[in-house]
Amino acid sequence: MDMILMAIVLVTVIGLIGAVILVAASIVMYVPVDERVEKITAVLAGANCGACGCAGCADYAKSIVEDGNAVNKCTPGGAACAAKVAEIMGVEAGSSVPMKAVVACSGTCEKTSKKYEFEGISSCQAVKGFYGGDGICKYGCLGYGDCVRACAFDAIHVDPKLCIAQVDREKCVGCGACAAACPNAVISIIPEHKRKPVVLCQNKDKGAQTRKDCTAGCIGCMKCAKACPKEAITVENNLARIDQDKCVGCQLCVKECPVGVIHPPKQ
Amino acid sequence: MALKLASIFFTMILVDNYVLAKFLGICPFLGVSKKLDSAVGMSLAVTFVMVVATAATWPIQMFLLTPTDAAGNLKWDMGYLQTIVFILIIAILVQLLENVLKKYIPALYKSLGVYLPLITTNCTILGVTILNIDNGYSFIEAIVCAAGAGIGFLVAMVLFSGVRRRVEQAVTPKCFEGLPITLVAAAITSLSFMGFGGIVESIFGV
Repeated sequence: MDMILMAIVLVTVIGLIGAVILVAASIVMYVPVDERVEKITAVLAGANCGACGCAGCADYAKSIVEDGNAVNKCTPGGAACAAKVAEIMGVEAGSSVPMKAVVACSGTCEKTSKKYEFEGISSCQAVKGFYGGDGICKYGCLGYGDCVRACAFDAIHVDPKLCIAQVDREKCVGCGACAAACPNAVISIIPEHKRKPVVLCQNKDKGAQTRKDCTAGCIGCMKCAKACPKEAITVENNLARIDQDKCVGCQLCVKECPVGVIHPPKQ
Repeated sequence: MALKLASIFFTMILVDNYVLAKFLGICPFLGVSKKLDSAVGMSLAVTFVMVVATAATWPIQMFLLTPTDAAGNLKWDMGYLQTIVFILIIAILVQLLENVLKKYIPALYKSLGVYLPLITTNCTILGVTILNIDNGYSFIEAIVCAAGAGIGFLVAMVLFSGVRRRVEQAVTPKCFEGLPITLVAAAITSLSFMGFGGIVESIFGV
């Protein structure tokens, strides 16, 4: 009987001592937490994608409160989320244009071809290590899906019929994980706009060479630059680039392009 | 003495590795070994808690649960309470540690992050504390053993996160994708550690 009693007393006493120590510790070592941090964390999208540049949603909430970070950086949450955060912080939300990924390559399997058959680890990074990739064009999408594995939202896929990565614009939140994973840097994150076109090519070779490599490659002919009424298009290194700030979405360049690489992003 | 301590330390890392030879702590081993930095963070937290938990549970076992008098006879035997008391102590310790780190070493608290509360009921911690008692180690030996077990955990995690990186890049048959191929890889890693059997005894001659 006493052994049972002793056992009960022993465990209870250890538990009680532990409880007292923990309560004392939590009072003595109390770390004040700004309640706004928790509120903001609750209204953020909670995807921990890192599009805001912080280590996670909680980290971003902390940086808003403590370091005065901008309130509209949560791309998955969008404008609604920015408004809620702004309300908690008591500031203006500012505009929040959704950012989406664009794969700037039109070189599907029909338009370009491979210079060798690659057998090995199925990764763009690995293929890139062998003579700059297996495609004839060394600038384009390699199609081995490093971006697919980087995407936390299942928003980018390599279409087996097209051989290049395609962005699902509904699911894309513009976090930029795919752009960082792409060894050829064909993916860029641009503000979502239904009419503003982008040049879907990265080829910086001379026009004649580009024509040999891929039937859908920018040859740097300058036709788009001449057609643009707002002077938003510049051709550098035989590659056209559209300044999204100057572009008004008239789409004259889309009609003018002889190789058809200028398009608004597919919806 | 130093030789014996060194022998215990290296035995825990190479021969009696808690993950690869004793098969304790498999869930963090499989769960947190995907990325190298989180694997290292988790292992450091485990090592830390192992040493502190051993330092706290060893005296409790010796002076409260199974105390002996000068002649070495048991005064009373409440050894059957070992598991529940040890879990209680470890839970309290981890909680306390979290408070202390949060207040005084916020950088470490941040880097350990979610791993600290995760190891409250980690079986390696309980395993180390109980096996230290079962092996009849002295206090110093128990501490060294706990530190060795922690470093062994670190070695296993770091090695395996490298293995896993390679496995994930490889093309695996559909039916083996994900956890199955990871378990196969873990088995082979564990098999390779069997090769260390006897190495420590021959080096230190203990």
